[in-house]
Amino acid sequence: MTALNKKLVRDLWRMRGQLVTVALVVACGIATYVTMRGSYESIANAQREYYAKYRFADVFASLKRAPNSLEASIAAIPGVSRVQTRIVVEVTLDVPGLQEPGLGRLVSIPERGVPDLNDLCLRRGRNIEPGRRDEVLVSEAFAKANQLDVGATIGAVINGRWEPLRIVGIALSPEYVYEIRGAEVFPDNRRFGVFWMSREALGPAFNMEGGFNDVSISLSPGGSEAEVISRLDNLMEPYGGLGAYGRYDQISNRFLSDEIVQDRITGIFIPAIFLAVAAFLIHVVLSRLVHTQRSAIGLLKAFGFGNTSVALHYLGFALAAVLLGTLLGVPLGIWLGRGLSRLYQDFFRFPELRFAPTLDMIVSAVAISGAAACFGALSALRSVSALPPAEAMRPESPARFRPGIAERLGLQRFVSLSARMILRNLERRPWKAALSILGLACAGAILIVGFYFYDAIEYLVRVEFQSAAREDVGITFNEPHGSSARFSVERLPGVLRAEPFRAVPARLRFQHRSRRVGILGLSDDRDLRRIVDQHLRVIGLPPEGIVLSQSLAGILGVSPGDTITIEVLEGQRPVRRIIVAGTVEDLIGTSAYMDIGALNRLMREGETVSGAFLSVDPLAAPGLYSFLKKTPAVSGVNVREAMLQSFRNTIAQSLNLSTGALISFACVIAFGIVYNGALIALSERAHELASLRVLGFTRTEIGWMLLGEQAILAGVSIPMGFLMGYGICGLLVYSMQSELYRMPLVISGRTYAFAFITIALASAISGVLIAQKLRNLDLVAVLKARE
Amino acid sequence: MPDTVFHVRKVSKVYRMGEVEVHALRGVNLELFPGEFVVLLGPSGSGKSTLLNILGGLDVPTSGEVYYLDHNLTTAEPAELTRYRREHVGFVFQFYNLIPSLTALENTALVTEIAENPLDPLECLRLVGLEERLNHFPAQMSGGEQQRVAIARAIAKRPEVLLCDEPTGALDYPTGKLVLEVLERVNRELGTITVVITHNVVIAEMADRVIRISSGEIVDIHKNEKKMAPSALTW
Repeated sequence: MTALNKKLVRDLWRMRGQLVTVALVVACGIATYVTMRGSYESIANAQREYYAKYRFADVFASLKRAPNSLEASIAAIPGVSRVQTRIVVEVTLDVPGLQEPGLGRLVSIPERGVPDLNDLCLRRGRNIEPGRRDEVLVSEAFAKANQLDVGATIGAVINGRWEPLRIVGIALSPEYVYEIRGAEVFPDNRRFGVFWMSREALGPAFNMEGGFNDVSISLSPGGSEAEVISRLDNLMEPYGGLGAYGRYDQISNRFLSDEIVQDRITGIFIPAIFLAVAAFLIHVVLSRLVHTQRSAIGLLKAFGFGNTSVALHYLGFALAAVLLGTLLGVPLGIWLGRGLSRLYQDFFRFPELRFAPTLDMIVSAVAISGAAACFGALSALRSVSALPPAEAMRPESPARFRPGIAERLGLQRFVSLSARMILRNLERRPWKAALSILGLACAGAILIVGFYFYDAIEYLVRVEFQSAAREDVGITFNEPHGSSARFSVERLPGVLRAEPFRAVPARLRFQHRSRRVGILGLSDDRDLRRIVDQHLRVIGLPPEGIVLSQSLAGILGVSPGDTITIEVLEGQRPVRRIIVAGTVEDLIGTSAYMDIGALNRLMREGETVSGAFLSVDPLAAPGLYSFLKKTPAVSGVNVREAMLQSFRNTIAQSLNLSTGALISFACVIAFGIVYNGALIALSERAHELASLRVLGFTRTEIGWMLLGEQAILAGVSIPMGFLMGYGICGLLVYSMQSELYRMPLVISGRTYAFAFITIALASAISGVLIAQKLRNLDLVAVLKARE
Repeated sequence: MPDTVFHVRKVSKVYRMGEVEVHALRGVNLELFPGEFVVLLGPSGSGKSTLLNILGGLDVPTSGEVYYLDHNLTTAEPAELTRYRREHVGFVFQFYNLIPSLTALENTALVTEIAENPLDPLECLRLVGLEERLNHFPAQMSGGEQQRVAIARAIAKRPEVLLCDEPTGALDYPTGKLVLEVLERVNRELGTITVVITHNVVIAEMADRVIRISSGEIVDIHKNEKKMAPSALTW
């Protein structure tokens, strides 16, 4: 080892506290990069491979019923490569251990061979056997949530009768990577499952023999999706077509793709913050090191070492931090990435989702950190090169100060001398102070963002589950019923109040834009289900006209007063024009609301209802549920409390991991900045502080003089961090808003308090560590030594 | 005989420097009296700084006893020593050790914040002849000016004893003389016991007593029959 390298090793050992804090920040940068980039790549690859291997379709459509002969016409559409027709129905399930009925989606598969499109990945058990009509494959998410294994049976209402379904296999489908029902946002795998069964069994049971009600299409290379969708809609129009859509609107794919995009964005954004902080810390630490070693630098140069080799020697500190950061960060990133993958598997079901960071990715993580470190070291290294040997060996001239802001404002009388010292020290290096504040503010902002998700979820719960949906149970009929159904529902056991609703699938059209939605007709004396915007305002429904989600109005490009076209996709499929009466800033989905009477008139039907929202006597609820399980006319039952519970469970799991990681990382930043800032201040001012000790100041008094600077930096940074955090949350809200859901921009006082306490605590701990070092000040040495 | 302010009895100090024991002081006996101006003379390594540190409460002897009035400095806890320095001792360093971020006036005022019965900082600066430089920062002053600020700072809390370690060591001849004049004036006008460490034999002529130290022992205590004025000194 050369003498210069020995010096480097010893310097590093001497500065190990600083080295470790900088390395930890680098490690966070590398770890978040490896975790997020790795997750992004693994999930994007898994999606690509899954879709290709299991032939995920490109275009999807549902219809009321069409004869099998239509399949040939569909296949003849230019651009269509393959066609898979199916029977898809939803049935009431008797889930073991669950009082309320669950919902099963039965999807037909050929008895022999495999589906042409949307093939299944058999995880366990076997495929269904020809002729065994009660055999089903069940989706893995549902099986896991309900602890069902091969051989178990589950009851379902088929053709008005309870039929046992025998599970022979557990499977995954590319159609249900994210397995949710209808227009919900979060999966409830306990109450919703997908079952695949023989077409020969499903056909007769649901009056679909010789026909189908669902079609998937793959496009040939160069086939136009829009063209195919338009022709398919025309073909299916007479058969009750509900409107075809592409992969983009396929609900599972949509959630998955949104997640992948978010991963890519956060995978750049979060590591960048850490690496910027690391660069800043390297800058301050190295600048100080160069400063204290001026004479050593002069000596080295006087001995004939070139600028480059001396600069490289000091660059060694930065590179050592990167090396240490890599050694910590890569395993940490892989560990967190694996945890994240396991978490993903609860939401997204893939045949294989392995977090497999590639060597390329790790090399690039290290290279990016190295570049950030070199960038941070740049100005210190430049000053090393610029220092002439003779100059370097002379002591530096004393620090220059000038009257501070207090004097310029004429406030010096009110500012104590020690406070003046602190302020002038800060003012002497405004950039360093500003960057320290910025770095600490980043830490605060990261905390705000981490906790924000809890706030957003809580608020979402308040709006959606407590203000808008206040029913205990929502039931959906298997087909629209006349007004008498209203009274039947009211007479159900345990029902205290019932509010009917009418749901109509329709395509809304304005100029060239259109969107498939369900129009929800609500009764005018509603109390159980209200329309509530994101400011918790209850929105009224006019007697005529339609009220749209603001997101839907945006998609269609309409505003209140415009007239849109409604193409109803059921029954007589009337086409009507209707005025947009208002918009509502809601948080979930793209909704369209009407007064139920107005919707009935639009449909030219009587007092038809699709289901009802119920308020239920809790004691009588079990009786109601078992009654509903046996009522074939009821195809869906939603229990609000159960949905809320499952929602909270799923969310809590995923948030705890990410928030936990964010909190620790923010602490690393805050700690790194305050610790290094105070340590450098201590080294710069050791002489001054020791003199004060000699003059009779106590350790506590000089402790405040030293740490006051850091306290001010932390104090100023906290409100800035709040602002930055709010801004970043605003950006997140903006960038994450989708048709599926919008995040509300609400940050609770508790979040601010948590962030404040965390930053204050991290700062205080590093302050205490530095204060300990004040014990070791050599008072005697200052009498003799020139600084 | 005036009352004794400092009693130093059989004080020895042994430092461990790695494997070696260094005997900085060997059985020193000394008394200091109110208002006297004492010069400690001795070559480098003779132990004069160690003695000054012990008198100033920065260090404690290995054996022997040191009393300041009725305070036993030998057995005092660090916090007691801090209080002792705070209440009774003024220090002047060779390299001034001013706070670079404070002006002359502020440097002087700083110690008055922790003193019970301080002098007016402005008065102190007048006493050292710096009333024109009140609002200058250390970097804007010459070495002599900085040292005079250091003296003003040291006396501002009205200490009973002023300990000066080579106060002219870093200064040129005329500036050094100016600083000595200030020390003499402080001693005369405020009656502060002043102990000055120096290599410079000539400075001894302005002292009441001259104490020579060599190899950790006091080899001679000489009382000047006639003190010279600093302005009359030449070297």
